[in-house]
Amino acid sequence: MVMDDPVFLAVSALTVGSAIVALETRELIYGGIALAISMLGIAGFFLLLDSPFVAMFQILVYVGAVAVLIIFTVMLVRTQALFSTKEDKGRKASGVVLVLIFMIGLGALLLVSGLSNPQLMNLQMPPVDFKAIGEEMLTYYSPVLIALGLVLGGSIIGALALARREDIETKDG
Amino acid sequence: MVEIIDYVMISTILFGIGIYGLVAKRSAIRMIFAIEIVANAANLNLVAFSRGLSNVQGQTFALFSIAIAAAEVAVGLGIIIIAYRLYKEIDVEEFKSLKG
Repeated sequence: MVMDDPVFLAVSALTVGSAIVALETRELIYGGIALAISMLGIAGFFLLLDSPFVAMFQILVYVGAVAVLIIFTVMLVRTQALFSTKEDKGRKASGVVLVLIFMIGLGALLLVSGLSNPQLMNLQMPPVDFKAIGEEMLTYYSPVLIALGLVLGGSIIGALALARREDIETKDG
Repeated sequence: MVEIIDYVMISTILFGIGIYGLVAKRSAIRMIFAIEIVANAANLNLVAFSRGLSNVQGQTFALFSIAIAAAEVAVGLGIIIIAYRLYKEIDVEEFKSLKG
């Protein structure tokens, strides 16, 4: 395992760094922007993995829709509420320790597993053609696609129903 | 040379950061951030294995997963707005009426 590709290293640093910034920065709105940058980094990984279709989907959905939604929500919530969240030092320290143990354990497990064997899996395989993705989606996975459309529609109706304000409506009659 | 294992390692690191956020943060919006980071780590794994095995299903699943995550964020943020309206607070420790 030798990482000598500067592009890979730069995208890794961008993604991991902005993920940490998203969780640790004091202002929640900068956190939302950092999360969007992290998602862009993930899209960069998808491009490095020769999956341009998934990368474009990622940029459209995460950077275009989810990040904007989060930023709007942050703006709707009163600024005082964003800052009054008390930081629990003991909880933070135990979280860091727990995650470090978890990451070292899982990383060591992955490194000794067969995954690092280049004969089993490597990047010299031919990349997947995005036409094949479309074919797969519209033939074998077409029921999943329909169910996904229903789930998206249901979630949008649910979000709208949740956000409805009854008190204003009754005032109007 | 970058191999599949490097992408899996980055994905593990992102997953760890996301779990840390879920454990240590009390702001509901930050917990949504953490959930998104975990979901993206999973997507990165799916696409990396799809590339390594030259397999179409991995990318198809990644696309489905991204769409589901978008739906989940919409509902999650709606719930946060409702909770904020009720409690004037986004600290999850203050949401007490569901506490057992």
